[in-house]
Amino acid sequence: MNFLIGAFKPACNISITFSDGKSRKQVPMKKENGKTIMVSLFQSKESIAGKVSIEPLQGKKIEHLGVKVELLGQIEMYFDRGNFYDFTSLVRELDVPGDIYERKTYPFEFSTVEMPYETYNGANLRLRYVLKVTVSRNYGGSIVEYQDFIVRNYSPPPSINNSIKMEVGIEDCLHIEFEYNKSKYHLKDVIIGKIYFLLVRIKIKNMDLEIRRRESTGSGANTHVETETLAKFELMDGAPVRGESIPIRLFLSPYELTPTYRNINNKFSVKYYLNLVLVDEEDRRYFKQQEIAIYRQQDS
Amino acid sequence: MLLIGAEDEEKWLAEGIAGVQHNAFYLHRALDSNNLRDALKYSAQMLSELRTSKLSPQKYYELYMRAFDELRILEMFFKDESKHGVSVVDLYELVQHAGNILPRLYLLCTVGSVYIKSKEAPAKELLQDLVEMCHGVQHPIRGLFLRSYLAQISRDKLLDIGSDYEGDADTVMDAVEFILENFTEMNKLWVRMQLEGPGRVREKREKERSALQELVGKNLHVLSQIEGVDLEIYKETVLPRVLEQVVNCKDDLSQYYLMDCIIQVFPDEYHLQTLEMLLAACPQVQPTVDIKTVLSRLMDRLSKYAASSADVLTEFLQVEAFTKLSNAIEKVIEVQVDMPAVGAITLYVSLLTFTLRVHPDRLDYVDQVLGACVKKLSSIPKLEDSRATKQVVALLSAPLEKYNDTVTALKISNYPRVMDHLDNGTNKVMAMVIIESIMKNNTCISTADKVEVLFELIKGLIKDLDSATDELDEEDFKDEQNSVAKLIHMLYNNEPEEMLKIICIVWKHTMAGGPKRLPFTVPSLVFSALRLVRQLQGQEGDIVGEEVPATPKKIFQLLSQMIEALSAVPSPELALRLYLQCAEAANGCDLEYVAYEFFTQVFVLYEEEIANSKAQVTAIHLIIGALQRMNVFSVENRDTLTHKTTRYSARLLKKPDQCRAVYACSHLFWVDGQDGIRDGERVLLCLKRALRIANAAQQMASIARDSSGPVTLFVEILNKYLYYFEKGNKQITAAAIQHLIELINTEMQGDSATSDAFLASTLRYIQFQKQRGGVMGAKFESIKL
Repeated sequence: MNFLIGAFKPACNISITFSDGKSRKQVPMKKENGKTIMVSLFQSKESIAGKVSIEPLQGKKIEHLGVKVELLGQIEMYFDRGNFYDFTSLVRELDVPGDIYERKTYPFEFSTVEMPYETYNGANLRLRYVLKVTVSRNYGGSIVEYQDFIVRNYSPPPSINNSIKMEVGIEDCLHIEFEYNKSKYHLKDVIIGKIYFLLVRIKIKNMDLEIRRRESTGSGANTHVETETLAKFELMDGAPVRGESIPIRLFLSPYELTPTYRNINNKFSVKYYLNLVLVDEEDRRYFKQQEIAIYRQQDS
Repeated sequence: MLLIGAEDEEKWLAEGIAGVQHNAFYLHRALDSNNLRDALKYSAQMLSELRTSKLSPQKYYELYMRAFDELRILEMFFKDESKHGVSVVDLYELVQHAGNILPRLYLLCTVGSVYIKSKEAPAKELLQDLVEMCHGVQHPIRGLFLRSYLAQISRDKLLDIGSDYEGDADTVMDAVEFILENFTEMNKLWVRMQLEGPGRVREKREKERSALQELVGKNLHVLSQIEGVDLEIYKETVLPRVLEQVVNCKDDLSQYYLMDCIIQVFPDEYHLQTLEMLLAACPQVQPTVDIKTVLSRLMDRLSKYAASSADVLTEFLQVEAFTKLSNAIEKVIEVQVDMPAVGAITLYVSLLTFTLRVHPDRLDYVDQVLGACVKKLSSIPKLEDSRATKQVVALLSAPLEKYNDTVTALKISNYPRVMDHLDNGTNKVMAMVIIESIMKNNTCISTADKVEVLFELIKGLIKDLDSATDELDEEDFKDEQNSVAKLIHMLYNNEPEEMLKIICIVWKHTMAGGPKRLPFTVPSLVFSALRLVRQLQGQEGDIVGEEVPATPKKIFQLLSQMIEALSAVPSPELALRLYLQCAEAANGCDLEYVAYEFFTQVFVLYEEEIANSKAQVTAIHLIIGALQRMNVFSVENRDTLTHKTTRYSARLLKKPDQCRAVYACSHLFWVDGQDGIRDGERVLLCLKRALRIANAAQQMASIARDSSGPVTLFVEILNKYLYYFEKGNKQITAAAIQHLIELINTEMQGDSATSDAFLASTLRYIQFQKQRGGVMGAKFESIKL
């Protein structure tokens, strides 16, 4: 089959490099095949500049109907496989139709690109940014090459960040008051809080704090919701008595969180919840879920 | 909850240990290769073994110790930043990423201790954080061990901090705050163990809890070791906080243990200065707490402390230790209504011991203690509980032992009132203790008042108490009464008037004793009175006034009453002897009528009461002896008495007895001394009569073919002859003696060769006198052997 592979081999090697690729921060990205590669990291309103070089295979020429580079922002729904929705599409023509005999390099630049959404790899969808180079041909099909890059946007600390404080309970059974110090946390933040037991009539075995991610895609009747527990953090071991106050200190950094995304391009949302779970000796679970907002803070 | 078999438990423990060892192996590997990530991973896994709920505290402890040893190694690794390259600050965060709380907190404590040591953050904040975070473990056993680990691992750091005087006092307070906080939480967990599980395994649970008490107490121990904890801090912070916890936890096991722990762990001086506070907590504990033991130990410690040096005694006075203790005990007894009598009395015993050791000079305190005891005792029915009575005896014995002087005890007004609450048996035991104490210390009870009190105290011995007399051991009774008799001799005063009063009081009391006791007590009393008589006799010249109450006459009246009482018992022999004694005393006082009266009584007794022939013999000889020494009687009276005596002598039952009594009567007519009677005629008469009787006896014996006795009688009479012969009785002649010897020899012949030693000695004596020469020799010359 070797010759067949040879036959499908592209007629040329296309490589895409960023002009500041050496100095730019690289972050890991998981590919579809499960491998992790390092890719460049950008944020909105940065200029994306670089070079595309095309090198035909030894002793061959490429006839083409033009070369272009596109910057695409895509949302891909897994249940709607193959259908990409481009929310951003910018094009730069690199060459007019003609022949390439030897290695040829084209600089390109997309200046101050609006990239409002962050790269996201979820359970049911992904949002990705990619540079797509197309060498159009009449026959043999066009030659296309992709280069992924990642976009992360930073938010300033919220001006209003109230604590979450709530009293919940089951009548004559369990009454607690809990408090989380904020409602908005950044990704490397730490959740501080406490649970105060006002009434305990059940034998509690333990108490956990979970971080849950709720990813909803689609809209209306087609809405798909996927909930994932990203963290399960034991807060308490054993049965407390009335009046006991249990501290919470949960560092977010070990977990793979993203900022909260709300209605991204009318396609999806990602929300985070703190779920306080009490388990009694009969393994019954009592829980209270509370949304928190997560944002990305510029590293100092 | 299932009752878990021991076998299963062993299995679970083995599994746990295997788990710890397995992970420890990888942990060591990670440490050797300086791999922090793996070290954290395996240590967390290792610590997960401690999450088990299946083990009893003892087994859990075993498991804990395994993990503990590994953690010490891990701590060393954390300490050395060069090995893992992470600053201790980051490390402190890193270990908190662990999802399970128990491993997380163990690791946090471990890093925390390194952090404190590094001084990169204020110890106060770190300590506070650690002790706060540990709230997450609410399971009693796991929580206790976790906090115990925290205490253990922070201990040396705390001692450093607490002793660091260069820093300000705040640092000491930080350490103290931390320990107190940890202590409080541990105690809460410990108490909570009790509440878990159904009631039927309560006993088992208490046992399990006792096994864990050390963990809680350890905190107090550390507190006491911190140098910076001075009296001020102890008083202002440590004690109030600890006591607050003790009182509020409302758990008897905990309250008992902790109170005891406080007392044992902190210095005596602190206790003394904070006595009020400490004692205030006592009435507040649960009624089931054995607070009496706690208080006893406290008082024991304090009294030892008081004994340590004279300086501290002033402190005791300053803080009014006694009053405070006394009030506290009263309150405890008042609050703990269900406390058995024995408990209350034990408390009083402790307090009394304390008082005696610390304030030996304060009799009023002793009295106060006894008074309180009386109050308690009177609120309950008569003591039945043998342990309680034992305690009362201890209570009453303590002052006696301490003061070595029973007189002191007699001054204590509440003493007899306590005794009233004893049952009869114990009352007697106590009375014996008192008497023994008096005897041992040779204490002389010298005033009537004291005697009165004393007899009130020992009334259990003096008379039958109200309730039906229980069957008594004869020997015990004798011992008791002998003791009373001895005691009577200890009552003495040089002042005749006072002495008379004493005698009257004793008489009043003993009279109530009934016929069983009188034979024991009356002789003592009689001799005691006679001693007084002799004393008066010595100073006769001084007492002429009419007002003098103590005259021999009066005493003799009293004596006569006493002895009369005795004859009612009846105990005629004893009475007879006593009458004779009195007669002799009266003789000494020149009171003829009194003496005569006594003799009359003697003869009445002899005639009416003494029927036994043996007793009669004894009595006659006694009478003869006494009468012989009398010199107050007029001739007439004397004649009457001697006459009577001789007649009685001759009427004895057995011939040998008759014989002996009669020759003894001869002495009644021959008294040595200046104006002694020397009636040789009647002496001879007596002797001759004796001989006649001896002869008759001889004949009776030969009829019965029993020949042993009579020769002896002759020899005895011979000796009397010799006696009077030497004394110069003209009626006794050498010829009479000669005649008697021959008579004996004749008698001897019939009796074959048995030579009589008595006779041989007598003859040898005559030989000796003959050879002696001089007047006596000449006298004896004419006797031929």
